[in-house]
Amino acid sequence: MYGKKVKLRFLFLALIIFSVILSVFLILQSLKNNVVYFQSPSEIKSLIELSKKKIRVGGMVKNESISINSDEITFVITDFKNEINVTFSGAVPNLFTEGKGVVAEGFLKDRNYFLATKILAKHDENYMPPEVKEALGVK
Amino acid sequence: MLANQIGYYSLILGLLFSVYLCIVSIKDFNNADKKVSTNIITLSFLQLAFVIISFISLILSFINSDFSNETVFNNSHTTKPLFYKISGTWGNHEGSLLLWLLVLTLFIFLFLIKSREQPKKYRILTLLFQQLIIIGFFLFVLMTSNPFNYLFPIPAEGLGLNPILQDPALAIHPPILYLGYVGSSIIFSASLAAVAQNYISREWGQHIKKWVLISWIFLTIGIMLGSIWAYYELGWGGFWFWDPVENVSLMPWLTLTALLHCILVLERRGALTSWVVILSITTFTLSMCGTFLVRSGILNSVHTFANDPTRGIFILIFLFILIFLSLGIFFLFHKENNKNSDTFFWLSKESSILVNNWFMMYFLSVVLIGTVYPIFLDVISAEKISVGPPFYQKLIAPFLAPFLLFMVFGPKLKWIKSKIENKSSLIIFLIISVILMFFILKNITTDLLFYTILISAAFLLFFTTSKELFFKKFTNMSQAVAHFGFSLFILSILFNSILSSEITTNIKVGERFNYNGAEIFFKKIEQDNKSNFSSIVGYFKITNKKGKVIELKPEIRVYNQPVIITSEADIKTTLLEDKFLVMNIVKGKKYFNIRYQVKPFMLWIWISILILSFGGLMSLSKKKYEK
Repeated sequence: MYGKKVKLRFLFLALIIFSVILSVFLILQSLKNNVVYFQSPSEIKSLIELSKKKIRVGGMVKNESISINSDEITFVITDFKNEINVTFSGAVPNLFTEGKGVVAEGFLKDRNYFLATKILAKHDENYMPPEVKEALGVK
Repeated sequence: MLANQIGYYSLILGLLFSVYLCIVSIKDFNNADKKVSTNIITLSFLQLAFVIISFISLILSFINSDFSNETVFNNSHTTKPLFYKISGTWGNHEGSLLLWLLVLTLFIFLFLIKSREQPKKYRILTLLFQQLIIIGFFLFVLMTSNPFNYLFPIPAEGLGLNPILQDPALAIHPPILYLGYVGSSIIFSASLAAVAQNYISREWGQHIKKWVLISWIFLTIGIMLGSIWAYYELGWGGFWFWDPVENVSLMPWLTLTALLHCILVLERRGALTSWVVILSITTFTLSMCGTFLVRSGILNSVHTFANDPTRGIFILIFLFILIFLSLGIFFLFHKENNKNSDTFFWLSKESSILVNNWFMMYFLSVVLIGTVYPIFLDVISAEKISVGPPFYQKLIAPFLAPFLLFMVFGPKLKWIKSKIENKSSLIIFLIISVILMFFILKNITTDLLFYTILISAAFLLFFTTSKELFFKKFTNMSQAVAHFGFSLFILSILFNSILSSEITTNIKVGERFNYNGAEIFFKKIEQDNKSNFSSIVGYFKITNKKGKVIELKPEIRVYNQPVIITSEADIKTTLLEDKFLVMNIVKGKKYFNIRYQVKPFMLWIWISILILSFGGLMSLSKKKYEK
């Protein structure tokens, strides 16, 4: 009915559409499993259900809350309304200091206790992650 | 002071020249004369000269620490070493945009003098499109980010350059990267001009290939420099982090690489015309998007110099104008050339290049979605998310093995129609590499099946390309070198990611700890004062299993202006592995936070990228040689 050329072109088109659908499906599927949500201590306090997935918590490091020993560092992240205890063993960025902004990535153990796997680097003293700014309500 | 004035007024003159050039070239366009009038070339040169003068004035202001200039005040300091005073010129928003302009005008001037054998109308249209971009950037610089803003009263001292930018690799990273980024503008203008003139042909392919190669080489090296810098300066201990800003530079690289391959099809067979145009438009659009995302402060990174929303909006509007203009021209003027039909025999070089392009587009969409999705979600639902490295690894790694296998077979195929040759030898190689990798990997990785497939594919490519390179001389050297570099790159990355190991611990001076049979001893700390920073140097003695001792001296630097603490990692590089040690201080505590990493084949990652770009360079020189 159709010429060979048309058939070939049709096959080609079908192949393209199929592979596009496949890749979009793959990407979205993977996106669902691999995104990390950002939450403030107050948001965590009001959680109804604790998820087992990795999240980020941001806020300020509470004054005089850092304690350190050879295995781990513990500190408190506060958004001046609520706070959460964080335990972390790993490399800390240069600007990790009491009274400054911080973003920690890891897992929630309960509403008051966060096990961090990574503390994110910031690049200068005055810089505050937008998430933290928003969480703190600073303009 | 004087330099400031000169710089500002030459910028305005440059803009006026742009407008004048447009008028002259429109006049010349309908002129019966066969050649582009020399006036135009002179004008283009003068425009370039004014931008250069403006750029040099800014450099002079930086060297003289002229704090009456706002940009200098914000980004420089008298105690800074001369080298970083100069590199500070483009280490900030205003200066880096001036550099954009410089490269834009430089490229169009080079294009004009290098394209003498091309049709006149095509050259003039290219100039017009490029001038459109140039005018946009002139307005952008003058209206939203003037590098020559005047400050009064004149401050006695500047605010200083962010110390993490004070680094040799980062001093040359922006100019090189820009040559790649902005170089794609000429491809964009030229392809639009060619579409409007219905000149997308084999000759055009041959002529534009040079420009694609130049862009590609600079972009590759530019990305590598940034990556090297991030490796030792940010102390993240790796070479790629899927950080949005890195992704933004990777996206044009992917389209440019795809374009580089399909230009070959255009050059040889005169086919794939629309696809070449689409890729040219996409590449430049992605470069512009990169600038927009980075400059507008939507993405957080070292590159975010200042968050000024008007700048973001300006670039966004400009970007939309360019996209609509280019798509409009594409749909209105583009005629599919039916002389050379686009249907290929399934087993031919052209179809294998198409397959390469599919893979590139897939990788591009993964990176694009991973980078942009968080921004969209933030706008739509105010939910804050981030997409981490597992997303990219999961989606890209499984497709890498078939991609590599196609890279093994593709270049062996002939144009138009091909048969499978040397079937048996390739299959034998494949079996050998699978078995070899299986036994090598058996004891070192948990994900055996996955890595065996991936690494044997990479190894097969490595094997065949090196065979081509060393035994079959003069076939297609540039391609063999580039593909050899790529296979080496993939192999180094894979082994690096499998074999890397690290430990992080908190330690006091005088303590020691054991790691993988090596003993790490924190001997002492010493203080040192330099002109613009004071540093704490830690002395670490690392004794490995065999009793060999190396010493690593990571530093913590406290810069005076602005007051910023940075960690300088100390890296011992050998052919086989890097030993990486970085130290951090937790304020007011006796403990130092130490991160020690052993990273095999790091050096080879950089070497292989250099080989890859050298392949591009060879192809570039070959073209010239033939003429």
